[in-house]
Amino acid sequence: MLNTVLAFKDYNVIKGIWGSPWVGMKYFDLFFDNPMFWPLVKNTIYVSGYLLLAGFPIPILLALMLNEVRNGRFKKLVQLVSFAPYFISTVVMVSIIMLFLAPRLGFVNVALNYFGFDSINFLGEPGMFRSIYVWSDIWQNAGYTAVIYLAALAGIDPTLYEAAKVDGASRFQKIIHVDLPGILPTIMIVLILNVGSVMAIGFEKIYLLQNPLNLVNSQIIATYVYDIGLKNANYSFATAVGLFNSVINLVLLVSVNSLAKRFSNSSIW
Amino acid sequence: MATVSKKIKDSAGDRIFLIGIYVVLCVILIAVCYPLIYVLSSSISSPAAVTSGRVWLWPVDISFKGFKALLNTPQVMTGYGNSIFYTAFGTIISVALTIMISYPLSRKSFFGRNVLMIMITFTLIFSGGLIPTYMVVKELGLIDSRLALLIPNAIWVWQVIIARSFFQSSIPDELFEASEIDGCSDIRFLRSIVIPLSMPIIAVLVLMYAVGQWNAYFDALIYLKSADLFPLQLILRSIIIQNNSAGGMMDAMKMVERQQLAELLKYSLIVIATLPVLIIYPFVQRYFVQGMMVGSVKG
Repeated sequence: MLNTVLAFKDYNVIKGIWGSPWVGMKYFDLFFDNPMFWPLVKNTIYVSGYLLLAGFPIPILLALMLNEVRNGRFKKLVQLVSFAPYFISTVVMVSIIMLFLAPRLGFVNVALNYFGFDSINFLGEPGMFRSIYVWSDIWQNAGYTAVIYLAALAGIDPTLYEAAKVDGASRFQKIIHVDLPGILPTIMIVLILNVGSVMAIGFEKIYLLQNPLNLVNSQIIATYVYDIGLKNANYSFATAVGLFNSVINLVLLVSVNSLAKRFSNSSIW
Repeated sequence: MATVSKKIKDSAGDRIFLIGIYVVLCVILIAVCYPLIYVLSSSISSPAAVTSGRVWLWPVDISFKGFKALLNTPQVMTGYGNSIFYTAFGTIISVALTIMISYPLSRKSFFGRNVLMIMITFTLIFSGGLIPTYMVVKELGLIDSRLALLIPNAIWVWQVIIARSFFQSSIPDELFEASEIDGCSDIRFLRSIVIPLSMPIIAVLVLMYAVGQWNAYFDALIYLKSADLFPLQLILRSIIIQNNSAGGMMDAMKMVERQQLAELLKYSLIVIATLPVLIIYPFVQRYFVQGMMVGSVKG
C-alpha cells in the first residue's frame, strides 16, 4: 500500500519508485482536467447506483418470502437452487451471458426471431449494458445474500410471532411489524457495506463484458485504471486515478456509516 | 410454533398471500434453473442442433462430441491441470496462513492485537489500488511465476474475521491455561487442541478458498505471460469471450462442421469448468451457510 506514493511521483523504471522525483498533485490535476473524467465518474456511479437500487431489496424480499414457506422440502429446494449461481465464476458467467445474447445464434435472439421479432445485438447497444450487468448480477448473487437475512430472521424471538398471531395479525402484517423491524440492523449493515463499495464495483465482470461498441457506458474508473496503467504502462497516472477512486469510496463509507449510526443505531464500527 | 399456528387458523387473505408467495418463488426457481439446464443440455446435444436453435430445454440428438474435442485440445487440458494445481496448493497455503494469523488475534493475551486487527480490517475498506499492488508483485519478482497466483491473494480479510470470531467463541482461555500448566507449548496447543476443535471452521475456510481459487482469473490475467501456466478460466476467456477458437485441432474438418463444433465447444467448456464446483456444492452448502452465519453475527 506504501506504493500509493506513486501517485505523487514521476515514475521512472530505472530510478525505481523511491528514486523517482516528487511531482505533487500533478497526476491528479491531469485526471481532473481529462475529458474522460466526468464520463468515468458518471458511468461508475450509474452502474453501481443501479445495482444498489435494484439489487439491494431483492434478497430481502426473497428471504422474507422463504421465511413464510412452511414446507421444508420446497424451502430447501429454493434455497439450494438460488444459492447455486454464486459458485459460477465470473468468466463462466460472462460466457453464459454472451452465448445467450449472441446476435445470431444466441438463445434470446433465436427466441425473439421465433416470435417474429428482429434480432438485437444486446452487447453492442450501450443503452442495454447497465441492465445486462445489473440483472445478471442479481441472478447470480441474490440467493447468496438472502442467506444473511434468513439467518437474521431465524434469530427473531418466536414469542413475538405468537403475540402477533393472538392479536389477529395477518401474514402480511406480521412481515411488516415483526420481521422487518427484526432484521433492520442487518439490513442497515448490508446497506452500509453496499454503499461503501459503490466505487469499487466489480471490475472483473465489467472488463469481460466490455467491447468497443458499448464502451461509452461500460468504461468505469477501475477498467480505465487497468487500461492506462497496465496496458499502456502509465503507472503514476493510473495510481492517481485509482487512489482518487479509493478515497471517494472511503468517504462514502464513513458518511453512510455515521448517518446510519445517527438514525438507526447500527454501524460497522 | 407449529402447535400455536394450529390453534388459530389462517384467514382467507393469508392463504391467498401464501399462494402468491409460492407462485413467485416458483418463478424464481425456474428463472435460476433454466439457463443452467439450457447450458448443460446444449453441451450434450449434437453440434447441428445447437447451431440451428433446436435446443430449448432438453438435449437434442445426444452426443458427446464437444467433450471429446475438448479432450483433444492441449490448451484446455493444460489449463485444467494448472487449475487443479493452483486450487490444491493455493488452498493449503491460504488455510494455513489464515489459521496462523487469526488464532493469535483471537487470544486476549496477544500483544498489540487490537492495533493489528484494525490494520487488517482497514485493508478491507481501503486498498492501494491495482497499480501499487502490481508493483509490489513485480518487485518481488513474481511476475510470470506460479507463485504470483498463490501468494499475493493468499489471505482474505473476511476469512480472517470469520476464523477469528470462531476461535474467540469456541476456544476458551481456560483451556489454554490448563494446558500451559501441564507444560504444553503454544505450537503444540495450536496443533493438538485448537485445530482438532476447529474442524467446522477449517472446512469452511477450505471450501471458500478452494472455490475462490478455482474461479479466479484476474491475477492470472495480470501476472502471467506464458500460456503453459494459464489456469482454465483464462483459457475459457480466450476461447469464449475473445472468440479465439482453440486452433489447430480442427484443421481437418469442413468449414461448416468446424463452426458448429466451435459453438458447441463453448457450452462444453462452460460445463467442464463449472462441474467440479457444482458437483460438490449440494454436499457442502451446509458449511457455506454456516460460515456466512458466523460472519454475519459479527457484522
